[in-house]
Amino acid sequence: MEFVQLLVVGLVTGCVYALSATGLVVTYTTSGIFNFAHGAIGMLGAFTYWQLTVGWGWPAALALPAVLLVLAPLFGAGVERVLIRPLHGASVDVTLVITLGLLLFLLGAANYIWDPATSRVLPELFTSGGTSIAGVNLSSQQILIVVVAVAVALALRTLFSRTRIGIAMRGVVDDPDLCAMSGASPARIQQLSWAIGASLASVAGILIAPKVGLSSIQLTLLVINGYAAALFGRLKSLPRTAVGGILLGIVVEMYPVYIAPHVPGFSTTATELTKAVPMIFLGVLLLFLPSARLRTSTAAGRIAPTVPGLRQSLVGGVGLVVVAVVLTESLSSDNLGIATSVVVLAIALLSLVLLTGYSGQTSLCVLTFVGLGAWAMGHSGHSVLGLLWGALLAGAAGALVALATARLRGLYLALATFAFAKGMDEAFFYFHLGAGQQLEIARFRLPGIDTSSASTFFLLCTLVLAVASVGVLAVRRGRWGRQLTALNDSPAACATLGVNTTVTKVAVFTVAAAMAGFAGGLYGSSRGIVTNNDFAVLGSLALLLAVRVGGINTITGAVFGSLTITMFPEIQKHVHGLPDKLQLAYLLTGLAAVSVGRDPDGLGGQFSRLGHHLRGLRTPPSSSPTGIPELEEARLVHS
Amino acid sequence: MAAPALELRGITAGYGRIEVLHDVSLSVPSGTVFALLGPNGAGKTTTMLVASGYVRPTAGCVHVAGTHVNRVAPENLAKAGVCRIPEGRGIFPNLTVNENLRMFTYSSPFSTSEVQEKSFARFARLGERRNQLAGTLSGGEQQMLAMSRALVSDPGILLLDEISMGLAPKIVSELYELVGQLAQEGISILLVEQFARTALAVSDYAAVMTGGRIAMVGQPADVADFVNEAYLGGAA
Ligand SMILES: Nc1ncnc2c1ncn2[C@@H]1O[C@H](COP(=O)(O)OP(=O)(O)O)[C@@H](O)[C@H]1O
Ligand SMILES: [Mg+2]
Repeated sequence: MEFVQLLVVGLVTGCVYALSATGLVVTYTTSGIFNFAHGAIGMLGAFTYWQLTVGWGWPAALALPAVLLVLAPLFGAGVERVLIRPLHGASVDVTLVITLGLLLFLLGAANYIWDPATSRVLPELFTSGGTSIAGVNLSSQQILIVVVAVAVALALRTLFSRTRIGIAMRGVVDDPDLCAMSGASPARIQQLSWAIGASLASVAGILIAPKVGLSSIQLTLLVINGYAAALFGRLKSLPRTAVGGILLGIVVEMYPVYIAPHVPGFSTTATELTKAVPMIFLGVLLLFLPSARLRTSTAAGRIAPTVPGLRQSLVGGVGLVVVAVVLTESLSSDNLGIATSVVVLAIALLSLVLLTGYSGQTSLCVLTFVGLGAWAMGHSGHSVLGLLWGALLAGAAGALVALATARLRGLYLALATFAFAKGMDEAFFYFHLGAGQQLEIARFRLPGIDTSSASTFFLLCTLVLAVASVGVLAVRRGRWGRQLTALNDSPAACATLGVNTTVTKVAVFTVAAAMAGFAGGLYGSSRGIVTNNDFAVLGSLALLLAVRVGGINTITGAVFGSLTITMFPEIQKHVHGLPDKLQLAYLLTGLAAVSVGRDPDGLGGQFSRLGHHLRGLRTPPSSSPTGIPELEEARLVHS
Repeated sequence: MAAPALELRGITAGYGRIEVLHDVSLSVPSGTVFALLGPNGAGKTTTMLVASGYVRPTAGCVHVAGTHVNRVAPENLAKAGVCRIPEGRGIFPNLTVNENLRMFTYSSPFSTSEVQEKSFARFARLGERRNQLAGTLSGGEQQMLAMSRALVSDPGILLLDEISMGLAPKIVSELYELVGQLAQEGISILLVEQFARTALAVSDYAAVMTGGRIAMVGQPADVADFVNEAYLGGAA
């Protein structure tokens, strides 16, 4: 009987996943853009509904249509108009940054409006009632969820097969130009799909919030679990997406009772994995994705910012150390601690310049590698070898990630690294550094150097940053750097040039992860204490975005990213007297991400061009590597 | 005299920095058929794209029925009566025949059932396959489906881009029968073809385009001579 009961609970959870995933798929197929902010929109919908009902006392009969039929669709349509439409023809990479930026922005905004320190409860729509069918108990809320899911499925079916606008939504997938030729505006049709997507995300948020609580981050991440269901439908089939959602729901509910305890020898570990099940599901789907054909639209060929030569980078490195020496003289020890964090994080972010900037491999898990490095350091006592163990551990993890994702690029690689980061969050870091536990990390000792002094340690870290920067630039100029660029430009071209893409990819992932792991050791040593919150997946997203804003293929980008993400919470502490929270960092980083839509090279690219300008050089002409410039412009923007 | 159905004046246009059309002018008087001929790569399709709002000219202007329309969005031009049947197959392959016809109602004065009635009356084979995915039709049937849009949208100017490309002669003559009928109803047509004879037979005026410029304009008979001698070496 327990089995049947769990099956029913799983079915109900699955319906929520299916609802959320359906919205995502409708938006993706129609507009070609994967909305990473889908979860955050669902969260916003649930909070808005809470505000109307609990906050302002509206009856549910009024608040529900207000949120689902008015506010959410308007919001989705607005997002399409402001953020998405200008992206016409942009690369997958840029669209990722924009929707990730929206995710962070909405989280930051929600935390500003609804202080996360206050606890809120969203009551179920029907608190009483419920029935028992053949010994299985069903609450009214559970029945409601199933009814809503079925109703939505039928409504969408009718929309897509019986209405003209629904047929046009299917048609625009095939050929937006032909749609326009027939007199149907592709932009309008895509806008409608964003409105529907936002509404469905909100339905999912409102239905699941009573069960999981009204926490902005929890809700966002929970709706994100639905991404696994969307992938089960290959991001295009709605029936398969629904099946995927229900399967996922059932697996999630059954796993801790029927699977985990029975894993011979590893039942504890298996139980710890419970919360990571959706991400494992997502990971497995990505692994077995039949060589997915992603909509790839290459960025209109741009010339990357110029790479400084050896002499220039050495001068830069020495300059950095000189600045650091001056800072040690003038900063208080508190501020030196902050400065050390900036420097250490910048080292970790250099790994993103190598991995994402040079090689075009999107990674949403940089903090996971940092965390592994810190964890290894924490178990190495005072030994400086801890740094090495950290780099090795993270490097090995990076190699595994790269091997598992060898075939994936663009969106699917981003999803895979996201699943890895979130899975590690919930399965590893939570159990070893979370739930009130913290890891104390002793500062390593070096012969003849007093590492316990704040200024000496700061100088030491700066030295590492300088060496790492010079090294990364040297790699970029060398033979391997050219292979990485080839991997970025066109994997197909790589193969014809005799560069083995898998080997190159595994190598660059390993090196980048090891770098991040090494930085993680330094991070742990500089902090002294770390918890799981330091390595949360959302932090990785924020860092990637901040580096992109600063310029993903420049050292400037890494330093800028680290400065912003470290400094915003500090500024916020001083200005508002608020506790150290990330709202401001998320808000502003999300906002700034829009700039990447205009200039994928970010500030670093601007500086590089400015440099050219000042030196009286002509700005490098924008021409694509294929020698066919601006093919993209042939497709005129539908205004 | 009524304004020409379509007039291009001194059009320069291209893709990005590649200039394809150089100072192209042509005028399709209202109620006439105008054939635009020329070899592959001459810029005929680009001319169509300019006329239907997909490519914005860098110089010159486009007039539809006397109105300046340089900056009008393609879907709005479509609604205003500029009907382009694109090169290749202008259909949605993953929609059924009926659903394709339903899409046509966006720019048609007729209801869905009227659209179906008219198309099936003209092309009985489409009626037999009404619930089949358009992508599974034969090439000729796909072109018939695409041409149905011209039939039902009562266009102010119809732009036909190489409708005979890759089709059997029998189907080509069936399609041209429709072109002749539309012309008789008084619809203005700009007809693009590589091969001259079929197109010239139904047209009132003709022009030859090479290398992005209009090489000559005139009566169909004069153009036929010109084409025979200069470009097709008597093959057409
Ligand atoms: N999307 C595009 N981008 C760049 N060049 C193009 C594009 N489409 C066509 N061209 C170029 O424009 C020229 C004219 O093409 P087109 O108008 O299609 O000729 P036609 O229809 O007469 O065969 C050709 O040289 C072609 O290579
Ligand atoms: Mg052509």
